[in-house]
Amino acid sequence: MRRTADCVIIGGGVVGSSLAYYLAKRGMTNCVVLEASYLSSGATGRCGGGIRQQWSTEPNARLAIESMALWKGLEDELDRDIEFLQGGYLVLGYTDDDVRQFEANVELQRGLGLDVEVLTPTEIRDRAAPGLDTRGVRLATYCSSDGSANPFLTTQAYADAARRLGVEFELFTPVGRVLVEGGRVTGVETERGTVSAPVVVNAAGSHSLLLARTAGIELPITPWRREILVTEPVERFLDPMVISFSFGIYFRQTRHGAVIGGFADPDEQPGFNQTSSLDFLTTMSRKLGRLMPRLASVKIVRQWAGLYDATPDGQPILGHVPEVDGFIQACGFSGHGFMIAPKVSSLLAQLITGERPDLDIDRLNLRRFADGATAGERSVV
Amino acid sequence: MKDDVVICRCEDVTYGQIVEAVRSGLTTTEEIKRILRCGMGPCQGRTCTRLITRIIAEETGRTIEEIGRPAVRPPARPIEIGVLAGRSDEENR
Repeated sequence: MRRTADCVIIGGGVVGSSLAYYLAKRGMTNCVVLEASYLSSGATGRCGGGIRQQWSTEPNARLAIESMALWKGLEDELDRDIEFLQGGYLVLGYTDDDVRQFEANVELQRGLGLDVEVLTPTEIRDRAAPGLDTRGVRLATYCSSDGSANPFLTTQAYADAARRLGVEFELFTPVGRVLVEGGRVTGVETERGTVSAPVVVNAAGSHSLLLARTAGIELPITPWRREILVTEPVERFLDPMVISFSFGIYFRQTRHGAVIGGFADPDEQPGFNQTSSLDFLTTMSRKLGRLMPRLASVKIVRQWAGLYDATPDGQPILGHVPEVDGFIQACGFSGHGFMIAPKVSSLLAQLITGERPDLDIDRLNLRRFADGATAGERSVV
Repeated sequence: MKDDVVICRCEDVTYGQIVEAVRSGLTTTEEIKRILRCGMGPCQGRTCTRLITRIIAEETGRTIEEIGRPAVRPPARPIEIGVLAGRSDEENR
């Protein structure tokens, strides 16, 4: 293990791995990624793999749209199949609130150049999701350029590309403490010894909260359990990810053929609990069976849980912190880190190598919470 | 010839693929499962996990105990969505 580096990244999820790659690509190859377990063992590897550009706040929408531009070229760039597919995202609206919110969303998204459409229930069944039970659906927004990818393969591909450029990945190496001297970060302490570095990036998902505390920084991150399940593979019948905030569901069919999906339990308590529940299994089955009756005879093979590292406004915490120079945050992704990782990491790589980021990420700085709460992201499942 | 032997029958993963994965640096059953899908099929690794663990042990010189087992996820057996949903048509809103 290297004892000194130009940059230490804590966390081997999609954010840490992609940041290592973009830093190395910009010439900063003496980086070390420290991962407590194996690659994508945290939130990344537990997510649904969707890549959505339809967001309700401008920062999230911009990050997602510019990420999609990178996603499109990623398989060529990383020289690896990551199961990237632009199958679209269909957002179902059931309530007056949905209809009002969708109008605002579409206006914002179209203003940013996104190819989002509004579909009637008939159009939903004819064009986007044949076989979907649209009872109660008022309308849907549909963006055919949204998509999905395999989180494990993506993270592995980024990590392997970073390694080829000289980055070191140390797996099964938990970080105990971020080291600070005189208001400057100096490195990290691990179970296998200390690594000195002038820049330390906190990309550890919900555990970022605990790591930041070791440097005296309090992050407004709350971990929430989110459960998810997957079925046996079936013949292809569905292209888009189907989601609804009011009905409370998201599901898609993977390239492998399995249906993967989940919902957010409104009664969930905050904390690091990642166990699976029978309640989730039965409620999710009712929701899936109700929306897609053809799935009634399809078997569920596996369920698991992961953690959302939720911030008060549903947007990530990126960049410098005022009290500790060189300590960079890349956390608080609130359940949508996978999809925006390419752009977020490119921007952070620019910031760390001393270039001005080509998209303003300053408004996603930790300071925003001290300045008073900002407008929150509404489109979170 | 041995390389073609199927180790994970649900997902059709061969001995050769697993050895290649271990040699590329994936040295736990959890990592191999996520990249090659072995253990993600209907049997959920009940057939192949022990075999994969042994291959890792042979390749890395570590013991079976050191390598450990992947997490066992519910349900214990695949169950139809309709059965779990209680085959009810009632609204779930």
